[in-house]
Amino acid sequence: MQLSHLDTLEAEGIHILREVAAEFSKPVLLYSIGKDSSVLLHLSLKAFAPAPPPFSLLHVDTTWKFREMIAFRDQRARELGLDLIVHTNPEGLARGVNPFDHGSALHTDIMKTQGLRQAIDKHGFDAAIGGARRDEEKSRAKERIFSHRNSTHRWEPKSQRPELWSLYNTRLAAHESMRIFPLSNWTELDVWHYILRESIPVVPLYFAARRPVVERDGTLIMVDDERLPLRPGEKPQLRSVRFRTLGCYPLTGAIESTAETLLDVLAEMTASRVSERQGRVIDRDQSASMEKKKQEGYF
Amino acid sequence: MSRPDPRDPRDPGVPDGLERFLREQDARPALRFLTCGSVDDGKSTLIGRLLYDSKLLFDDQLRALEADSKATGSGEGGLDFALLVDGLQAEREQSITIDVAYRYFATAKRRFIVADTPGHEQYTRNMATGASTASLAVLLVDARRGVQTQTRRHSYIVRWLGIRHVVLAVNKMDLVEFSAERFDEIVRDYDEIAGQLRFDSMQCIPVSGRHGDNVFDRSAKTPWYAGPPLMQYLEEIDVAPDPAHQPLRLPVQWVSRPNQDFRGFCGRIASGAVRRGDSVAVFPSGRATKVARVVTAAGDAESAASGQSVTLTLEDEIDISRGDVIAAGEAPIVADQLAAHILWMDEEPLMPGRQYLMKCGASATRASISTLKYRIDVDTLFHEAAKTLALNEIGVVTLSTEKPVVCDPYERSRECGGFILIDLFSNRTVGAGTIDFALRRATNVRWQKIEVDKASRARLKKQKPVVLWFTGLSGAGKSTIADALERQLTGLGQHTYLLDGDNLRHGLNRDLGFTPEARVENVRRVAEVARLFVDAGLIVLAALISPFRSEREMARHLFETGEFIEIYVSTPIAECERRDAKGLYKKARAGAIPNFTGISSPYEPPESPEFTLDTTEIGAVAAAEEIVHFLRRNGYI
Repeated sequence: MQLSHLDTLEAEGIHILREVAAEFSKPVLLYSIGKDSSVLLHLSLKAFAPAPPPFSLLHVDTTWKFREMIAFRDQRARELGLDLIVHTNPEGLARGVNPFDHGSALHTDIMKTQGLRQAIDKHGFDAAIGGARRDEEKSRAKERIFSHRNSTHRWEPKSQRPELWSLYNTRLAAHESMRIFPLSNWTELDVWHYILRESIPVVPLYFAARRPVVERDGTLIMVDDERLPLRPGEKPQLRSVRFRTLGCYPLTGAIESTAETLLDVLAEMTASRVSERQGRVIDRDQSASMEKKKQEGYF
Repeated sequence: MSRPDPRDPRDPGVPDGLERFLREQDARPALRFLTCGSVDDGKSTLIGRLLYDSKLLFDDQLRALEADSKATGSGEGGLDFALLVDGLQAEREQSITIDVAYRYFATAKRRFIVADTPGHEQYTRNMATGASTASLAVLLVDARRGVQTQTRRHSYIVRWLGIRHVVLAVNKMDLVEFSAERFDEIVRDYDEIAGQLRFDSMQCIPVSGRHGDNVFDRSAKTPWYAGPPLMQYLEEIDVAPDPAHQPLRLPVQWVSRPNQDFRGFCGRIASGAVRRGDSVAVFPSGRATKVARVVTAAGDAESAASGQSVTLTLEDEIDISRGDVIAAGEAPIVADQLAAHILWMDEEPLMPGRQYLMKCGASATRASISTLKYRIDVDTLFHEAAKTLALNEIGVVTLSTEKPVVCDPYERSRECGGFILIDLFSNRTVGAGTIDFALRRATNVRWQKIEVDKASRARLKKQKPVVLWFTGLSGAGKSTIADALERQLTGLGQHTYLLDGDNLRHGLNRDLGFTPEARVENVRRVAEVARLFVDAGLIVLAALISPFRSEREMARHLFETGEFIEIYVSTPIAECERRDAKGLYKKARAGAIPNFTGISSPYEPPESPEFTLDTTEIGAVAAAEEIVHFLRRNGYI
């Protein structure tokens, strides 16, 4: 009997999560609340049942996430009785770093990248599990499942460890760490199909609803709270929109959609002509921007 | 909070066929393949073309491609599809592929995971990474340049790593005017390589990655080509391994103990299937028990199949830790001495004797290379003597491990027969290897325990058992010396047995010919028989050409130190041919005997035999006396 495609991906993901649990002294699951994190959490519950996952959840909060994301995060942690660590870069917070005054690049670097590095150092995590997929972006397509970071959290794309079969080199020197991507071989379609099959809860922002948005540089930005400074002439309009990816709300473009259910979302995606990262303002700077950010420790 | 609410598929609002589409896409696992071949054969371009033609590129990706093509100028005015896959800055700048990239795409018929691997020899390790999980290789050849060293090299590596299906894509056909003659010429050249490697299937396709000929659609420019275009071939080929009943192997990754009442053993089933109530054994201990439960997050299951990640509980309290293997059916190898192939992947060469960390299945143990038997020249497939392996070299080694390793031969199981070596100081992954077989001291726990042992049998015969292995050309005098020696030893009251290569071919080895493979098997059988006789306490005389060093080494490995004496009968070929007692040389020179050692098949003389005897210098009886003297002096008799 041959396993189905999703069964194969699930088995691989669980295998990877168990390797992490067995090989590292203090792993953590980087929980970013999106659909990929939801799948990752679901796999973690499956991998260790009937025991709970042997690691905590970490959310690096930039304070600019959609409100619905935060509500969803807290409710999931409560329901599942999981240990959730929330970290916000205190210096960034003190200096009031935000995407408007400081630009998306600096905001992302300080609140996300630096924040993550601080949290890893502060708690002494030696492994951080993330939901990144190779089909998201060109430099991700090159990254290993077990991705080594040096003592300054840098990724060295030119000296990646060969990764054969499903044998993972998990060795670390002092102060080094590992990033692990159990969903490396999943596509966006696989993720949604699996969410459908397993009835995995996701943030409602993925489904179409009438939401207040402004159109800015060709992107629909949701007015999630009063902190979004409106430019002259801008007036929030209620439009039927949804999100393909979730992040900081001022940096995440919505798409016009009427897809209210999972099947609608899947149908829309199979017909789509744009990639999911298209809605991410932070990737547009230049073709290799992701590689650069990753070298600096971005997830 | 929104719980997903999958709609009724009959709902008219759901696009027609979506659910059927999802079901069909899910039904079979993705075909994992890699593209390989020389630098500039157009691997990345071909993959980019596949993505482009299968309409899998999104509008924003297309816009980025147009901009990138203009910026690098490598598209010569058109689109440079390679930029879709060469994801690293350094790769785009140099227009080369450095690291393996994985791409995911699907057609209406099948899903694909493709590993685009580098062509440069210096990045062979990244190519091997891509090959280790693929079941098919698309090997590219530039139609102008034909079969290259890298073509051979990559063919060997993919076959070694267990890929049994290969597509030879003769690319850039547009640059040779779609010439059928040129295509046929390259196919003929490649047939020679493929013949040696014995793939299960091979398809040659003339393509142009740049212009799309025979990639997605049949090209009008190759009316002489009757086969399918590349995409159609990939959609249809069946690469599923033989589902014949493989024995159960479950490497234990993790022991789950949430409370005193539950002890679950977690792992992914590498082969076979498991059912509640099945009898299993746990290795290396070999303790037998039964499967109590197959636990999943959704409750207990009746059974689980190969590839699934499961948690088992067992009926008996057995001490099991990470790295143990739960197995059924034929027992796995449990050994601390293993014969293996290794690809070296580090700038710092392999150091025989140095300890590395070996990871195999879920286990990790320190291991060293006790013998580097030979290096394989992957261009010619010749065996070369070597003291070390440099970056990207492949060799055959004996691996000594600190703890016994539970594994299977790689050709039977990729998951249980592949291993990596990690440098204990730099933590780099320095080697990748495949298990061939277990060597002596293979502590197969299923062995019947026998009270009377070799030592007691030998004591009774008042001798130290040993094998005297005579090797040399046909007609060198091996059998004559062995015969004289056996007569002298029996005269002294010793217990002996003579295994003569020619005589054994009338019985035990009647089914074997003289091809290199048959010669290897011939030596293996004689060595195993010799081992039984040594175990019986006898002095064994084995006289056979045994032309290959590696097999004589393999024979030596079956015995304990001091039990294997190699005697090289070094009579030169001219003398052997002059004598030609059996008239064989004459026939061989006339071409009537193929694979005749010394004439049409190689003889590899021993590097450090215990004895070298040249019968042009010493007679058979005197030679035998010399050996008797040696046996006395060293306490064998």
